[in-house]
Amino acid sequence: MKPELATEMANDLSYETALPLHLAEPPQPSKPRRDPWLVGAAWFFPLFFIFSLWQLNFDYSQLAHGTGKMFQLFAQMFPPSLVDWRPVLEAALQSLQVALVGTAIGVAVAAVFGFLAAVNLFPRLGLLIKGVAAFVRTIPTLVWALMFIVAVGMGPVPGILAIATHAGASLIKMFSQSIEEVDEGVHEAIKATGAGKLQIVFQGFLPCVITYFISWSVFRLEADIGESAILGVVGAGGIGYQISNNMRSYLLPETCFAALVVFVLVFSVELLSNWYKNKMNLK
Amino acid sequence: MAAILQVERLSKKYSDGTAALSDVSFELEPGEFAAVIGLSGAGKSTLLRCINRLVEPTGGDVSFGGVRSAKASAHEVRLLRRQMGMIFQGYNLIQRVSVLRNVLHGRLGYVGPVRGALGLFSKQDVEEAKSILKRLGLEQQTYKRADELSGGQQQRVGIARALCQRPKLILADEPIASLDPVTAKIIMDNLHRICREDGIACIVNLHQVEVAKTYATRIIGMRKGKMVFDGRPEDLTDRMISHIYGESPDKE
Repeated sequence: MKPELATEMANDLSYETALPLHLAEPPQPSKPRRDPWLVGAAWFFPLFFIFSLWQLNFDYSQLAHGTGKMFQLFAQMFPPSLVDWRPVLEAALQSLQVALVGTAIGVAVAAVFGFLAAVNLFPRLGLLIKGVAAFVRTIPTLVWALMFIVAVGMGPVPGILAIATHAGASLIKMFSQSIEEVDEGVHEAIKATGAGKLQIVFQGFLPCVITYFISWSVFRLEADIGESAILGVVGAGGIGYQISNNMRSYLLPETCFAALVVFVLVFSVELLSNWYKNKMNLK
Repeated sequence: MAAILQVERLSKKYSDGTAALSDVSFELEPGEFAAVIGLSGAGKSTLLRCINRLVEPTGGDVSFGGVRSAKASAHEVRLLRRQMGMIFQGYNLIQRVSVLRNVLHGRLGYVGPVRGALGLFSKQDVEEAKSILKRLGLEQQTYKRADELSGGQQQRVGIARALCQRPKLILADEPIASLDPVTAKIIMDNLHRICREDGIACIVNLHQVEVAKTYATRIIGMRKGKMVFDGRPEDLTDRMISHIYGESPDKE
């Protein structure tokens, strides 16, 4: 017999002898139950992974071959060519402009609808707006861009519209959450002075959420600059358009230069936004 | 003297079935300083919030300055609210704006919606807010942010905001429950003095019977949503106190 088992039995015995009969069985602490859904998921996903490898003909020789090709491609890209630096930089500027204008429109839309979507201010309307925003958000920016290109034609305008749409819908969620986190006491206090809804929103809620609004907007701008660089690939202008054109005509060194510009652009925006976040935290 | 506040069979039943307030009736005359005592959950907060309609009563009526609130429109409710200042346990100031602005919020019910929203208060209002702050000894704090102040100072700003409404009635919901005894005394002294000087009627929810007896001209005892005592402080016997505070609500 195992020693642990022996002591367990001894414990059981001592209980039975020491306590009166009706207390003989101390209530057992309930065992944590395994969630059947979690167990199911733990089985399903590894199996599905293996099935997918088989189904998609994941070919290891192709992987080995492709990796070699990839390095060759990288080698051909260097050194980056500065021949058409001017159009590339202009396109980069356009990407930046698209991101900035699109995000700004999104922020403006979300600042209004974020309040209307907050259920502590507008219980019924809030749910409706949240639902619509959630739907708009599930469609990726790239898909919005494709739709707007059909609607208004190629160029930066569909890019701006796509970014504004998606940024707006995402920010409505962030903004309304910030508004809903405002202490109910603040709401009560301003209401108790006899203030109307507009005054409650501007004088009570806005000062409490404005820094969150700014932080979310900066965060969103950072994401949108990356987004707008890609949008060009589907024809919505900007540096992505340059990259996809160069790539199609196998202008590898030129592509490399454009990619480096994208890297510098996104990286410097990230640095800036990190600097901003640190500054905000210090206060 | 005619009563300024008449509470008639006021009841509030929450949607989960708890009767927070049942059939409470009383009248309040101008300048009265009434303390409401009772256990947590006895309905003190609900009573105050039903008076200024932060909570919608499910039965009964409140009449204030001749206006019946049960049938009042949203606009009329705002007109009622602006004549009643309210002070909270958690102060409920807007933390990120200045003390002065917090006091000026008391004028929101009196200015137009857009002017109020943009915070364009008249010079007269600003002067009045400043003089109220001076009266409460907060002159030095006028331009500080509300979150830079201590709890006692914040509560005085809360009183200042209520006063800026030029109220006929102040509703104070546990104004000293989050403060130490010394600060609590300063707050109660200020509130009591100002209400007496300006002839403002006041209903204060309090935990401590001693504090209630010290300041109030009238004491209302609440227990499980019902009014079980309404009288002068000297009539509040120890038996009555133990009846009000008797068993804890979860024992039955």
